[in-house]
Amino acid sequence: MNRRRLLAGGALAGMALPVLHELVPHEGLHGGGGSAEASEQHPASAGEGHASHADHAAFAGSGTVDHSFNGFDPAELLRSFDWGRTRRLPGGRVLREWDVVAQDKEIEVAPGVHYAAWTYNGRVPGPTLRCREGERLRIRFVNASSHPHTMHFHGVHSAFMDGMPGIGESRGGGQIEPGESFDYEFDAEPFGMHLYHCHVAPLAAHIAKGLYGAFIIDPKDGRADADEMVMVMNAFDTNFDFGNEVYAVNTVGFAYQDQPIRIRRNELVRIYLANLVEYDPVNSFHLHGNFFHHYPTGTSLEPTEFTDIVVQGQAQRCILEMRFPKPGRYMFHGHKTEFAELGWTGFFEVS
Amino acid sequence: MEAGTGRDVAPPRAPAWLLGAAPLALLALAVALLVTVGAPGLGDRNGAPVEELAVERTQMEPGEIALTVRNEGPDPVSVEQVSVNDAYYPFSGGGEIGRLGSATLTIPYPWIEGEAYEVFLLTSSGATVEAAIDAAAESPAVDPGFLGLMALLGIYVGVIPVAIGMLWLPLLRRSGPHLVRGLLAFTVGLLAFLGVDALLEGLEVAGAGPQALGGTALVLLGAVVSYLLLAWADAGMRSRRRRAGARGAPGFQLAMLVAIGIGLHNLGEGILIGSAYTAGALALGSFLVVGFAIHNTTEGLAIVAPLAESRVSVRRLSALGLVAGAPAVLGAWIGASIFNPSLVSVLFGLGIGAIAQVIVQIWPGVRSSSGQPDGTVYGGLILGALVMYATGLLISA
Repeated sequence: MNRRRLLAGGALAGMALPVLHELVPHEGLHGGGGSAEASEQHPASAGEGHASHADHAAFAGSGTVDHSFNGFDPAELLRSFDWGRTRRLPGGRVLREWDVVAQDKEIEVAPGVHYAAWTYNGRVPGPTLRCREGERLRIRFVNASSHPHTMHFHGVHSAFMDGMPGIGESRGGGQIEPGESFDYEFDAEPFGMHLYHCHVAPLAAHIAKGLYGAFIIDPKDGRADADEMVMVMNAFDTNFDFGNEVYAVNTVGFAYQDQPIRIRRNELVRIYLANLVEYDPVNSFHLHGNFFHHYPTGTSLEPTEFTDIVVQGQAQRCILEMRFPKPGRYMFHGHKTEFAELGWTGFFEVS
Repeated sequence: MEAGTGRDVAPPRAPAWLLGAAPLALLALAVALLVTVGAPGLGDRNGAPVEELAVERTQMEPGEIALTVRNEGPDPVSVEQVSVNDAYYPFSGGGEIGRLGSATLTIPYPWIEGEAYEVFLLTSSGATVEAAIDAAAESPAVDPGFLGLMALLGIYVGVIPVAIGMLWLPLLRRSGPHLVRGLLAFTVGLLAFLGVDALLEGLEVAGAGPQALGGTALVLLGAVVSYLLLAWADAGMRSRRRRAGARGAPGFQLAMLVAIGIGLHNLGEGILIGSAYTAGALALGSFLVVGFAIHNTTEGLAIVAPLAESRVSVRRLSALGLVAGAPAVLGAWIGASIFNPSLVSVLFGLGIGAIAQVIVQIWPGVRSSSGQPDGTVYGGLILGALVMYATGLLISA
């Protein structure tokens, strides 16, 4: 290395050679005071009406996306449960039916940042399908996308209802080509917090692009009355490098930071939580200022743990129950803090 | 324009300006047609928009990172979000950047001195552009005090060493023609080393900078233009000397050409010093300044080598020294305030072309009376390159 190379390296952003770390003392020319001074400075607040941006990561601009462009709003999606239509079968059993359409749709996942998503019913995550244990379920699936898709449910069902390419094509199932449709039909079992997603190859792409949703089977006798919400932890690889750029619950990064979830003090809160983040092996949910009861997969009525954090691999899910005894603003976020600062952060506003 | 109308004997001819303008008018018509009617089959491009952003400059202030980016792709680019070390931060200065346009993004961020940062710019299409900061350091404010410091730096590394090197002139005067030839060869070797070094450096800077304005082609363009301009100037000076009946070796003229070549070289060097200092990548220890001084002193020797057999006034000598050394001050100012890879590439090219022209000018004086280079010449060439290489080591150590 000659002097000009040394100088040129330093002169160009992103080009400085490793040796510069040794050449430039860390106290440098500007003294060690710079760091302490710098750390006291924070980004300016984004203004009234939003959670304060002053002390943590946040999006630029208005801080939020155009929900009407997306056709769904995380604030509404949170407490939206799709119970479908029901009728009695001969013998008195309930048949519950839904229509689910796969369609290609561009969505805004961060203010100003658009992503060519694949959706169930035009939203990401897809509709939260909810039913009761023992019911007969029929999901009329129409593939209006330009790509083949399926609905693969986590649950107990026969192989040809599995939404698995190569299995059940002879009965109209398996891979559903564009323009085709199929009725998935099975019994609601076991009760718990489940999910569904597309299972067409390449699988990672079909999931990462948004084809997933929560599937809740209530126990026969139901659960205690509560303020219920569904949180699907997800992320988007907007630059297609097999790593995610934006993390969130229910698609829009920082959505519940910008518009905190309102909770009534002491009321039982029940969260149906699932991890659908592709490309990263684990995700987590951590609650500030409180603990919750953890029901893994929701398949037991007895909690296994009283904690303030759950860690989930992909497709893992659970039910969380908690009460907030004190009013105030409580953060919840992925405690893989990288995800938190890339969008997976929200607040409960207890009053 | 009256061209072509003054001769009434000749058959009527179209005026020259019309002959020149007609193809241009046709071209304008064709462009207008393509724009209005739409080029059939050519208007649509396949695929997603091409988003290419280059980070030209990184400015660090306490609690703030400012990036100057240039759109070097064919489509507009809109920076919507910015993350620093995997955390989104609100920033100002975003929005659409047109083709070849630039924008400065200001990110409030509590960075820490000496640590590395990775900034990702997320565009409206979801694409990312990375800017790496290898060792964070505060960028000095460009105020009179700082410009004064840069001037002092330029004088240290440019003017003073060159002036010291020129003090070998009395010794040269006493030397015989054999030694003078050897010294001229030494100068050529030294300049050749600088030229090749500047070429590599210029290509590196240009390769890392935006390509939309030409990239590495700018270095070569600069070299060709400066070579031709100096050749033109030299031809002009020669013909004037001939008309004035001047005799003898054009020693001062040659020395001035060498000084111009070295001056352009020192301009590029000053720019790199100034920008490296601004980027916090350069510690101005006394060792470094001493290294530059020794390295550049040889440049002073190169300037006076053609003057061994001429009489030159002190004023003219001072002028030569300033032409060669002062551009380092100017370069340090440019580098500290408006570092731009495309501009720096052109300036490097100018230096390279000037050095090439200077070598061409000096070469006749290097040859022996028999017209063939001898051992003195080859030895001088090799020694010149080696000395430049060896003194260069003082700065990179």
